[in-house]
Amino acid sequence: MKLELRGITKRFGSLVANDHIDLMVQPGEIHALLGENGAGKSTLMNVLYGLYQADEGEVLLDDEVQHFAGPGDAMAAGIGMVHQHFMLIPVFTVAENVMLGHEETKFGGRLDLPAARARVREISERFGFHVDPDALVDDLPVGVQQRVEIIKALSRDARVLVFDEPTAVLTPQETDELMGTMRQLKESGTSIVFITHKLREVREVADRITVIRLGKVVGEASPTASNAELASMMVGRAVELTVHKDEPKLGEEALVVEGLSVIDHIGQLVVNDVSFSVRRGEILAVAGVQGNGQTELTEALVGLQPRVRGSIRLDGVDLTTESVRKILDSGVGFIPEDRNEDGLVGNFTIAENLMLDRSDGPPFVKGGNIQRGFLAEFARDKVKEFDVRTQGIDSKADQLSGGNQQKVVLARELSRDLSLLVAAQPTRGVDVGSIEFIHKRIVETRDRGVPVLVVSTELDEVTALADRIMVMYRGRIVGIVPGNTPRDVLGLMMAGEQPAEGAAA
Amino acid sequence: MSDPQAPRGDAPGATEHDADVVLEEPQAAAAVSVATADQAAPAGAPAEVEPPSRWHTMFQQIVTGNAIISVLAVFLALVVGAIMIAFTDERVQAASVYFFARPGDTFVAIWDSVSGAYSALFQGSIYNFRRDTFAAGIRPLTETLTFATPLIAGGLGVGLAFRVGMFNIGGRGQMLIAASIAGWIAFGFDLPWGIHMLVALIGGLIGGALWAGIAGFLKARTGAHEVIVTIMLNYVAFYLVSWMLRTPGLLQAPGSSNPKTPPMKETAIFPALLGPQYNLHFGFILVIIATVVVWWILNRSSLGFRFRAVGENPNAARVAGINVKSMYVYAMLIAGALLGLAGVSQVLGTVTTGFTAGIDAGIGFDAITVALLGRSTPWGIFVAGVLFGAFKAGGFSMQAAEGVPIEIVLVVQSLIVLFIAAPPLVRTIFRLPDPSRRRRAVPNVTKEVKAK
Repeated sequence: MKLELRGITKRFGSLVANDHIDLMVQPGEIHALLGENGAGKSTLMNVLYGLYQADEGEVLLDDEVQHFAGPGDAMAAGIGMVHQHFMLIPVFTVAENVMLGHEETKFGGRLDLPAARARVREISERFGFHVDPDALVDDLPVGVQQRVEIIKALSRDARVLVFDEPTAVLTPQETDELMGTMRQLKESGTSIVFITHKLREVREVADRITVIRLGKVVGEASPTASNAELASMMVGRAVELTVHKDEPKLGEEALVVEGLSVIDHIGQLVVNDVSFSVRRGEILAVAGVQGNGQTELTEALVGLQPRVRGSIRLDGVDLTTESVRKILDSGVGFIPEDRNEDGLVGNFTIAENLMLDRSDGPPFVKGGNIQRGFLAEFARDKVKEFDVRTQGIDSKADQLSGGNQQKVVLARELSRDLSLLVAAQPTRGVDVGSIEFIHKRIVETRDRGVPVLVVSTELDEVTALADRIMVMYRGRIVGIVPGNTPRDVLGLMMAGEQPAEGAAA
Repeated sequence: MSDPQAPRGDAPGATEHDADVVLEEPQAAAAVSVATADQAAPAGAPAEVEPPSRWHTMFQQIVTGNAIISVLAVFLALVVGAIMIAFTDERVQAASVYFFARPGDTFVAIWDSVSGAYSALFQGSIYNFRRDTFAAGIRPLTETLTFATPLIAGGLGVGLAFRVGMFNIGGRGQMLIAASIAGWIAFGFDLPWGIHMLVALIGGLIGGALWAGIAGFLKARTGAHEVIVTIMLNYVAFYLVSWMLRTPGLLQAPGSSNPKTPPMKETAIFPALLGPQYNLHFGFILVIIATVVVWWILNRSSLGFRFRAVGENPNAARVAGINVKSMYVYAMLIAGALLGLAGVSQVLGTVTTGFTAGIDAGIGFDAITVALLGRSTPWGIFVAGVLFGAFKAGGFSMQAAEGVPIEIVLVVQSLIVLFIAAPPLVRTIFRLPDPSRRRRAVPNVTKEVKAK
């Protein structure tokens, strides 16, 4: 099916989220929509899916103008969407999830589950998905859950499939499989819109690339364009994709973790007997697919996990059972994985967020009073130094973009005297321009002689920053390898396979 | 404020009228969640991370809403109150029998009843024009402030707990305990003037603080929900005080069989502020001081900074090294002391002739309304407390002068809460834009556009 968007304009008040966007997707074509967070990709797709009404412009399917009042209409017209966050009910089986919303019933309102099962089996065989219709979604790996989403869309005869940032939750191998699936779908005549900000994937799978910036189409690119070309189109200026970093000047071992285990609130062993050390002036990157214990590891390091065994020593001082306050006071900087939930108070101003973890004494507090003059000056300094794009230090943190929010967190943590920096997913949901900035600051911190632990699920980030890479799988360390280890080796390690001999550092 | 309705108005086929917005609410909400998913939420949030609680968000919105919503809620409640006054008025009922013959009579009767009632409310609460002298005419205002005194103190206690993310329903129990301790000190001891009052006051504050502190402590230690604990402590306090009031040698007046205490000693009673012809007492000065102190705590002190951080986002507060549990305890102690002030001002200021177990007079619950109406800000609560004081003072004269049932005032008060708890309803009625919506729908682009 041919999809055409003509002059789509969507305004929110004075803000133009989509400004006369034209997009043409031919049948059997993978069309990548590339743009930074906030460029207007999601708004455009929500217009296509009937969640928003466009202020101007029209959606055409096979040259016929469509009017979608809601997602139901869009689905009926043959548009399917695979959301970044799966819209599946975990306690339902695959077949039940697939039939959800358009259940076929037999006499007396009984669900026709066999029909749904057959449908799942049929689609799954056609594309080689290997999905058991009776498996509980909860029990399936993330990659398979995503296939269930695809099956869901296909079972409604979707002829245009929209993938919204589909690879964010996948391992490199799962990503490769998804690419394969997308090619297969394309060959069967489905049109695919692939929304992403990851350049490598776009070049690998897309037939055509449309780049969007600030709500406008800034141009089309061919998949043969270089990363640098695509990135500069996205950001609107030249971007350094590789982080310049000198050889590390290694000091003595600062952070020493021995036999660390963490038991989570439901009693599961999420970090299992982990031992490693980080030297001064070194970045140790922890790689791994989301949910393999990295989050809990970083939380244990800053005292946020209550049930911890083993020992954590920083510069010879045991921090294993200390309070968060004590650990922060001993110079540990922490950039939490989820800045909205753990890093910032959304309803606080930027200035207030900048003093969030130093509310108990000088220089921000004297005699129980907040030193407002000092705080304002400090905040203005930091906003400038860290290039936080905002109207002022009294703007609320949740009015900032992801990148600027992260810069606030970074500014807060780096403005203390650090003896260790723990950064979990420091650039998740952050625009390319800010990624560059954040990476630079992390490397600078290392060069000041601070040991740095970076957790990331993005291999690009891991390889860009790491002096050494530690791969985690199911709570254990698969191996610790040098920073220049090739991606495919890392990919295998992330799936739990031991590295080849001689790779250990 | 640029609103999201404007583009809809321009959109083809969406030009009919603004009510469209209401119909589109659910859709828009769905769209918002999809749009934010891109930026805000972590990719594939693991199961271990606590999901952001919708209840928490809603709670925060209700207790710290927009000032304009508060004003409009009061206005709406008065309008609905007017309708009810008209309906319950006998002259209106009589005239409506022949409505189709002479509709004018009905409208005149409605106007008479509503304007009569509300002007009686005004004259009973602000200034009575039927008195000759200014000193006599202004008496209703001083009555309003007298009624407002415990409401403001209680509202501050509830509002402060709100700001820390806690719902303190235990105002009644905290007031009763505080009143009993202050009263016991006030009638049972002989101390010099001034010192006696001070000791009774401090005793009451400590009593209220500790009673609320139980709830804070249990929440911090065991995770017991403060709503349930404070409600149950209301009963414990009520029956404890009732028992003490019936037991000679404890609170009961000697030689009496009534569950009532002896009168307070002169040395402990709050002095009258404007002379003996007015009821306004020193307690009003104390609540002004309390308002300033709470304002300082919340807006200027490091303790208040941590309070607010915990209230807005306990996870981030914990990660920032703030001891969330002790904040819960401190907040409840302070909240209890403020409700204690409400209780003390009742026994040492308003009802000095001895008190019963009904001394709280429902103020512990009205305080919740006051805190909501004042959006949990100290001065907002002050204004809301004065307004509710005016309702109380004026309600009596409304009943006396116009025969309007005093329950109407309670209904109006309840409606205010209802409208505040449902800001979308008020917004829809007055066609206000939703301040949070546009921002959430497209969180990033605004800033980036402006930055470049």
